[in-house]
Amino acid sequence: MTTVVMTEAGPETGLPRARGELSDAVMRALTGALPWSRLVEVTATDDEDALLTLWIAHELHHRGLPRFADAEWTPELVVVRRRLEGELEQRLRARAEGHQPESATPDALLDFVRQDAGPSLSAYVQRSATREQVLELLWLRSIYHLKEADPTTWTLPRLPGPARAALAELQYDEYGGGRPARLHAELFARGLRACGLDARENAAIDDVPVEVLEMNVTLTMFGLQRRLAAASIGHLVAFEASSSAPSRRMARGLRRLGLPEEIAAYYDEHVEADAVHEQTAARFIAGAMLRADPTVADDLAFGAFTCLDLERRFAASMFRRWGVRP
Amino acid sequence: MSDHVDLHVCPNGPLLIRGAVGVRAPDGTVHRTERPVSAVCRCGKSASLPWCDGTHQSLRTPIDEGERR
Repeated sequence: MTTVVMTEAGPETGLPRARGELSDAVMRALTGALPWSRLVEVTATDDEDALLTLWIAHELHHRGLPRFADAEWTPELVVVRRRLEGELEQRLRARAEGHQPESATPDALLDFVRQDAGPSLSAYVQRSATREQVLELLWLRSIYHLKEADPTTWTLPRLPGPARAALAELQYDEYGGGRPARLHAELFARGLRACGLDARENAAIDDVPVEVLEMNVTLTMFGLQRRLAAASIGHLVAFEASSSAPSRRMARGLRRLGLPEEIAAYYDEHVEADAVHEQTAARFIAGAMLRADPTVADDLAFGAFTCLDLERRFAASMFRRWGVRP
Repeated sequence: MSDHVDLHVCPNGPLLIRGAVGVRAPDGTVHRTERPVSAVCRCGKSASLPWCDGTHQSLRTPIDEGERR
């Protein structure tokens, strides 16, 4: 019954290019070309189509697609979103089984990240990436960095007291400590503009590979679902603990290529900020959650594994794209 | 009971300091921070001294094990 008439993407609607039947249908429903009741009958063409659909549904909860903000809680869309999130979570848990850390104490989580030996994009950027490759990487990372820290903010009210205070302290730093110009997302936008790239949120969406969609919707799903608060925090610990040294390498690579100081400054900031955040996330947030309720250990570990695993998959896809052996 | 502290020594990691502070380096330079929490290097190998840059992670001998010897 479904005919794929690709919805008009573009700057007028802010909608991305469809990647299959379901993402096309959800955009037709948003623009009024398909009744919402018909959406639940459509199945996704493949994982990429499902992930883009989920990304669109999530974006309505974020700042994106402002023209369609009224659709945020459309029941049929929530039904589809929950079905896609269920499938995503199942896939992520299957990947983590047998590979996530056995203990989720602060030191166990930090050790787990330290022992990660995935392919390193930052090492490649530091030593040998071309200017074009680095600009492409910044462009694809912009989907997350322009909303940096936002998904984790949804986790804040779900945490027990001490963990809530500690996450608020960390997020305050992410959001610039009260100074709009120091917002991490704004530092990245300034860097993009200095590189001559479009710094509007989600401008890169049609170019991102499936791995970037998966990274972004996973983090938003962890944030939006109270049940997954510990996975969100496990992800945060791994994200922060795998950021300082790579950020230092990124800054060196950017300077090696003579790219603007503004983008190097974004990474400089993360060398110091994330050396703090990895400690406070592991010890004061995850540690406090674990003390309040030891049963969160499994999801803390799941979130930490998933963060590193998604980054590994993204790095592998970029090396494949560039024809480079990591 | 309160476990809220202004200085926190992380095992095999940096010294966390809560609040805006200035740190005077051995050469007399004062380094200021306005972060809610800052991390002062304890391994001495940071490229951003006096601040921690995560280098302790790649040390062969963890900071606090070295002290015990």
